[in-house]
Amino acid sequence: MMPQASFGRAQRKEQSMQSLQQKAAELLESKRAAVVIGYAEGSDGRVRPHFARTADAAAAFVWDQRCKQNLAVYLTKTEIKKMGPAAVIASPAVVRTIVQLASEQQFAKSFPITLVVENDQVTELADAASLDAFAVSHAVLFPPHVTKEIEDLAAMSVTERFVFWQNELSRCFKCYACRSACPLCYCTNCITESNQPQWVSVAPHALGNFEWHINRAMHLAGRCIQCGSCTLACPAGIPIALLTIEATNIVEREFKYQAGIKSDAPAALSSFMVDDKEVFIR
Amino acid sequence: MNSPSYTLTHERLLEFLRTSISAGKRVHAPHRVGAKTFFRPTEDVGAIVFDYIQTAESPKSLLFPKAELLISYKQTANDVTMTDHLQKEIPEMILFGSRPCDAAALSRFVEFFADGHTDAMILKRRKALTIISMSCAKSDADCFCTSCGSSPGDTTGSDLLLTPIKDGRYLVEVVTEKGESLVSDNKALFEKAPSAVKDSYLARVEAVFTPEDITKKLTTAFNDPIWNDASLRCIGCGACAYVCPTCSCFTIEDEGTAHAGDRLRCWDSCAFALFTVHTSGHNPRPTQTERWRQRVMHKFAYLPETNHFLGCVGCGRCSRACPADMNLKEQMISIVERVPVIA
Amino acid sequence: MENTYKPYLMRIEKAMDEAPGVKTFRLVFANEDDRARFSFKTGQFGEYSVFGEGESTFCIASSPTRDGYIECTFREAGRVTTALSRKEEGDTIGFRGPYGNIFPIDTWAGKNLLFVAGGIALPPLRSVIWNALDLRDKFKNLTVLYGARSVADLVYKNELDEWGRRSDMKLVTTVDPGGESPDWKGSIGFVPGVLEKMAPSPDNTIAIVCGPPVMIKYTFPVLEKFGFTPDQIFTTLENRMKCGVGKCGRCTVGPVYVCKDGPVFTYRELQSLPPEY
Repeated sequence: MMPQASFGRAQRKEQSMQSLQQKAAELLESKRAAVVIGYAEGSDGRVRPHFARTADAAAAFVWDQRCKQNLAVYLTKTEIKKMGPAAVIASPAVVRTIVQLASEQQFAKSFPITLVVENDQVTELADAASLDAFAVSHAVLFPPHVTKEIEDLAAMSVTERFVFWQNELSRCFKCYACRSACPLCYCTNCITESNQPQWVSVAPHALGNFEWHINRAMHLAGRCIQCGSCTLACPAGIPIALLTIEATNIVEREFKYQAGIKSDAPAALSSFMVDDKEVFIR
Repeated sequence: MNSPSYTLTHERLLEFLRTSISAGKRVHAPHRVGAKTFFRPTEDVGAIVFDYIQTAESPKSLLFPKAELLISYKQTANDVTMTDHLQKEIPEMILFGSRPCDAAALSRFVEFFADGHTDAMILKRRKALTIISMSCAKSDADCFCTSCGSSPGDTTGSDLLLTPIKDGRYLVEVVTEKGESLVSDNKALFEKAPSAVKDSYLARVEAVFTPEDITKKLTTAFNDPIWNDASLRCIGCGACAYVCPTCSCFTIEDEGTAHAGDRLRCWDSCAFALFTVHTSGHNPRPTQTERWRQRVMHKFAYLPETNHFLGCVGCGRCSRACPADMNLKEQMISIVERVPVIA
Repeated sequence: MENTYKPYLMRIEKAMDEAPGVKTFRLVFANEDDRARFSFKTGQFGEYSVFGEGESTFCIASSPTRDGYIECTFREAGRVTTALSRKEEGDTIGFRGPYGNIFPIDTWAGKNLLFVAGGIALPPLRSVIWNALDLRDKFKNLTVLYGARSVADLVYKNELDEWGRRSDMKLVTTVDPGGESPDWKGSIGFVPGVLEKMAPSPDNTIAIVCGPPVMIKYTFPVLEKFGFTPDQIFTTLENRMKCGVGKCGRCTVGPVYVCKDGPVFTYRELQSLPPEY
């Protein structure tokens, strides 16, 4: 019973992987894409980002539950942009990221060709409308332990929460893996790299770590897609996504604004709308 | 090496550590934190874990903290006074549970800072530190110590090396005088042993290249196109450099006002985009291709040329930490296999 | 135990404006003991700091033959140099040094010296020029070719006047086309072109070149054209630095640290280095 069902599922997974590989090869052969970004088998049972530039290379693509790292981070990299039109194999988180990046004018010429796998079918999302439609109808799902962590944090008092973060951030040594893995952190000169003035301390001491992470959470409020790539990337095991997830949750609650579902949406915190709530100045 | 050897039971090991803590020594040992293992100052020996392959972070922060005060200053209209933080006391420390690769790395680390313009603070910290390492009974796919001049039972850099043998005991090899005095100060705990054969208790890590091979290949690989593709997925963070026990790059930053403040040394990494950028905006290493190449060349070609040691001990932390699965070991193998040596 | 990172305290004895955005400081040691034990050789540099802002790397622009003070010349470009440029005579700054290798001026005894410099790169060579002038009998002919974008951008204008009037050296100054003033008496043209017209002889000559990358790129071939070997050509490199003592890793070019194995290199040595500076 169980083995048969999972065999069927495994077979369909195999099929959808093959369809993905085929679709990617087609895009490359027809020159509609100069590079297709997806995942391939990595080392020791891991998967790794894979950049196929020939149809042959497309045969290496895989697609399974290990494929969590947000590949959209590569779409704003100079080296990738120089290659030409890009295609990306996208999870719902990646689709929402592309929509959010589009709303921030990060795709000057055209959207990346976005390949989604649904019900073991590969679909190409070709334009703003289809990207937005997919994004709206596909929420980014948290792993169960993250949902619990968010609930636990919300249940804490402000003091307890501060102690929690003091503890967690004591391990931070400012490797900026969180920033580098985040597709919404695409600034070529990050605020931490400004020294006239030195807005954020360079040092990874307690104050410096708080300055950095609070700053980042504020810069991502209303923009974070809640994909969790930052937590995955952190070598010190800090659940840093919890900060930016909550910052975005707050924006959603207070401003009824959801990130990553409308490619022409105005920016949540830096657009002035005549009907903006002004309760805070009463 | 003819180091004297002893055996020690697990209970007596814990007793030794307990006594050291009571005597006021700061004992840094592996603790579980979430899903990972980190070296932590230890109050309760019950918190020490023994069933880990490798810690997430290297123990280099005991010699080279992530943020360190160099000087502090006070400035008035007429006068500047400085506090020299080198002169402060460093308390006695024990590093317990470092792996042989870590100890070998720390000895190369200290050698690098002792050479030329000696870094007195790092030497001072090493002097205050006793390293008690634990041999590896297990390894994982990311370990490649035997390709980098170390091994699961390497004594280099340790003061004492423990190897778990049978019956809940450890073989204790005394490597230095500091180790010997530690044993004689706690004579009752240790039993003399004939020099034991520890090989059968050690993990087997197959060498996949030799330091000489990789250095030779790299000295002619600067212009090889291998770097372009190899660096594509690198996201340019500092995770690999910061978890690495041999990486030592740093920056010097002032914090404070015109009246008072500090000058600090903080970790830095050649992988960061702005590491080498000039004030003019010119960057000698403008893309991740040049920066990844630099990382590899520095560790595996340049350091061997100038300092006669490999800047890597194969501990595998970089591979475990890398968000993009760059996998240094795999890249070294492909360099050895792909790059032809130009005669 | 000596703390490498603890700077000397230096008082600004004299502050001079050289060119738009370019200043020279004459610095004296605040502490007499420091002054008594300090010495340096031409070619070396230091880390100059403003407390609270940071450190910046410049050469020591004065000659070691002049006792009791050191001079530095810098352009206001970033955080530290901006803070430095606001300092006044009597203020205290920090200095760490001397670092780096040296121009082997002792081995140049009995030779002709040809200095070629551009813009803000004259300061490191100025140290060598005054060193040679202060020991004038040791050397044969002394020639200086110095160019800048415009007349206003020439540094050490008073010294250029003095060098121009000396009979024991030859000075050629030039500005880029369009950079001349109505009463400009020097040459007009880029440094490599003017050098070519001078047709320098390599016989018993050492060439010391310093300038922006583009000037160096076109100057070396001119020297080679007239028969200079790469061993006869010296330069001093700049790279982003922090520690200045070969530890922090920032200034590496291949296996060398510019701060420790340089900044003085021969053209021969440069040829064996990867192009990462």
